[in-house]
Amino acid sequence: MKNKKVLILLLAIIAVVAIVMSGCSKKTEEAAKDAKQTVEEAAEKAEEKAEEVKETVEEKVEEVKETVEEKVEEAKETVEEKVEEAKETVEEAAEALKVLSYDEYVKAEMDSAVTIEAYVQGNQSWYDGKIKLYLQDENHGAYFAYDLPCTEEDAAKLAVPGTKIRLSGVKSEWSGEVEILDGTYEILEGSFIAEPEDVTALLGKDELINHMNEKVSFKGLKVAPSKVEGKEEEYAFLYAWDGSGSNESNSDLYFNVELDGNVYNFCVESYLCGNDTEVYKAVEGLKVGDTIDCEGFLYWYNGANPHITGVTVK
Amino acid sequence: MKKSMKKRITAIVLLVGLLLTLTACHGKQKSVSFAVPDHFDDTTPIEIVFWAKNDTNRTQVEVYRQAIEGFQKLYPNVTVNMRLYTDYSRIYNDVITNISTDTTPNVCITYPDHIATYLTGADTVTPLDDLMADPRFGLGGSEVRFDAPKQEEIVPEFLQECRIGDRLYAMPYMRSTEALYVNEDYVKALGYELPDVMTWDFIWEVSEKAMEQDENGVFRVNGQKVLIPFIYKSTDNMMISMLKQLNAPYSTDDGEILIFNDTTRSLLEEIFTHGKSRAFSTFAISSYPGNFLNAGQCIFAIDSTAGATWMGSDAPMLDIHKEQVVQFHTKVMPIPQFNPEEPKMISQGPSVCVFSKKNSQEVLASWLFVQYLLTNEIQMGYAETEGYLPVTLKAQNSAEYQDYLGRKGEDNKTHYSIKIEASELLMKHTADTFVTPVFNGSASLRSAAGQLIENTVKGARRKQEMNDAFITKLYTEVESLYRLDQIGKAAEKTEEGDAEKRPLAAESVVLLTLIPCIWAVILLYKLWQKKKTRRND
Repeated sequence: MKNKKVLILLLAIIAVVAIVMSGCSKKTEEAAKDAKQTVEEAAEKAEEKAEEVKETVEEKVEEVKETVEEKVEEAKETVEEKVEEAKETVEEAAEALKVLSYDEYVKAEMDSAVTIEAYVQGNQSWYDGKIKLYLQDENHGAYFAYDLPCTEEDAAKLAVPGTKIRLSGVKSEWSGEVEILDGTYEILEGSFIAEPEDVTALLGKDELINHMNEKVSFKGLKVAPSKVEGKEEEYAFLYAWDGSGSNESNSDLYFNVELDGNVYNFCVESYLCGNDTEVYKAVEGLKVGDTIDCEGFLYWYNGANPHITGVTVK
Repeated sequence: MKKSMKKRITAIVLLVGLLLTLTACHGKQKSVSFAVPDHFDDTTPIEIVFWAKNDTNRTQVEVYRQAIEGFQKLYPNVTVNMRLYTDYSRIYNDVITNISTDTTPNVCITYPDHIATYLTGADTVTPLDDLMADPRFGLGGSEVRFDAPKQEEIVPEFLQECRIGDRLYAMPYMRSTEALYVNEDYVKALGYELPDVMTWDFIWEVSEKAMEQDENGVFRVNGQKVLIPFIYKSTDNMMISMLKQLNAPYSTDDGEILIFNDTTRSLLEEIFTHGKSRAFSTFAISSYPGNFLNAGQCIFAIDSTAGATWMGSDAPMLDIHKEQVVQFHTKVMPIPQFNPEEPKMISQGPSVCVFSKKNSQEVLASWLFVQYLLTNEIQMGYAETEGYLPVTLKAQNSAEYQDYLGRKGEDNKTHYSIKIEASELLMKHTADTFVTPVFNGSASLRSAAGQLIENTVKGARRKQEMNDAFITKLYTEVESLYRLDQIGKAAEKTEEGDAEKRPLAAESVVLLTLIPCIWAVILLYKLWQKKKTRRND
């Protein structure tokens, strides 16, 4: 009896398993079908995608090609521009190093680089590593080098009248004075001391400006009175432009001269000719009404402002 | 136990005290306090040398002479010999030369920046703290023979400017700031109205607008072939003020150089564009702003308030021919600002210092003369020669000075309106003024600040390009020209306590030797204590 039960139970289990197995087989077939369909669809999609990618890649390649071509073209243009610029710079540099004649210097633009050769005619004292030079060439071409950097040792050489230098710098203008700024120099062989040009007849005339910075002379001038603001006293000269200076302070001297009824103001620049020089003492000894000859450099400061280096009382 | 703790605390306090003393010694200026004599010797002749600076102004020289005369009357045994300069840099150089030969003047008109350099010499400049506070000879002291101001009667901002570290090395003498002098007619002709507070944007915009020319190169606004719409006299101040207004780095108080930064670069880039268009220039490149302003060739001129007598159509001082002067309405304003809500402008002007001398009576006489320069008569006399402001409240608030201000415009000399307006500008804005840190080398840094602008404008005019290479070259050149790298290194080394560069003073060496010894004693004491405790146990 017991064996029978076991047998029935066993058969029942086998039957269940068989039924389940039969169900699974059906599902597997369906799944296989589904899978096949999916694979086919996926394959189609993949094909489509591949086509798309191919197209995109081709487009991109085309774009990159175009960009590269453009960039190459741009680079080519930039290189050409840079070459042109470099060429111009080299030409400008060469131009700047070219020694200009005085006429060329006059024509040169303001703030342009210039090189000239000339001879030192005078100097203002070396201070703070710089010197100011009055220069002139053999053809009346005159220049003013402002604050030329140099050593004290070189300053002593540059201070020797007649010393020839090649000066490179930038042409500039300050209160009407045309000068060479930010210069570098080379001391050359040769010496020349200019004779002063008599410009008496040009006093008060526009043509005087053509002699800017030149060593000049003025003849037959009469010392005219100078006055201090708020005072009635008349002086032959003033220490500093308004009389505020003194000999001890080595102030500039200012004095008036008269010619043909017109009065002109002259200056003894103390850094050019200090209180221990003959001209400084000579001016301190002037009297109103004295007739004098003067020589000096035709400096410019909002008009002619001669820096006098010699005075002879007639 | 309590006794031991007390000893330990005492030892630590001693040690901390020693360390503090050492910290105070290191890197300080070499100056010795001046022991104020107990009396003024008015029987022995005393000669003092006074180096003064004037603005090539005869009246200023007269004021100095009056001061000497008045002082000598009160102190007949004292003779004051004055030497006049018209340039601060010449005074500075001469003082430095004379320090090495021990022939400095007794009293000298100067700037705190310069004093910082003088102080690198041993015991050169006399600290004035003790002198100022002395009840007999101090400010307004009982034995001072004239009506001197008391300490509280000196404008505190101006007095503070004379402190270097924790000591007072000078007394302010005159103060000024910078002002913007505007040709208002041209601004209106260009279609603008002046704002209440001038801004940098406004000034650049109007300056560029003014550059319009006709086909013959004549500027439309002034009908002339010459026009520089905006000229700044002191480019040092221009850069310093711009950086200050932007709260941008310049330097530390200790002298670390911070000026070469991105803000500076952006300012230079802006300035470059206006230098290139020629709408902007500087005194060093073109000449005095006042000359162009008065000739109708400039719209915005920035110069010191102490240069006000040269500004305007009716200026009492003229540097150009009278026939070149153009009639226009001049407006005096504070310099342009980045932040109009918080205006900032520089405080400048001469101070006066006393040099140390072996003879204490000479130093005392010098100090008394300095005080005499602060009396109302001298303060007002000098201030009224230009758009200066007296440095004492005593003078500023006096009835005479108020009367002077009230008579503005009565004439074109003493009461020239532009000059008085310039003084009023500083009076109104005293609290808005600033000064830069003072250290050995600060004068060079100031110059470098200006040089950056000068070179930038020159570069623009000379058709250079503004780019990285330009800035790098500019910074390198300026740093090298003014040896700022050395100042920077010195500051760094000071901070690091670099003993190699700056040998320690003898007292510091002694203290440094003492410290390890004290530690050793403490340790030995502790060991001995332990040993004793164990033995007792």
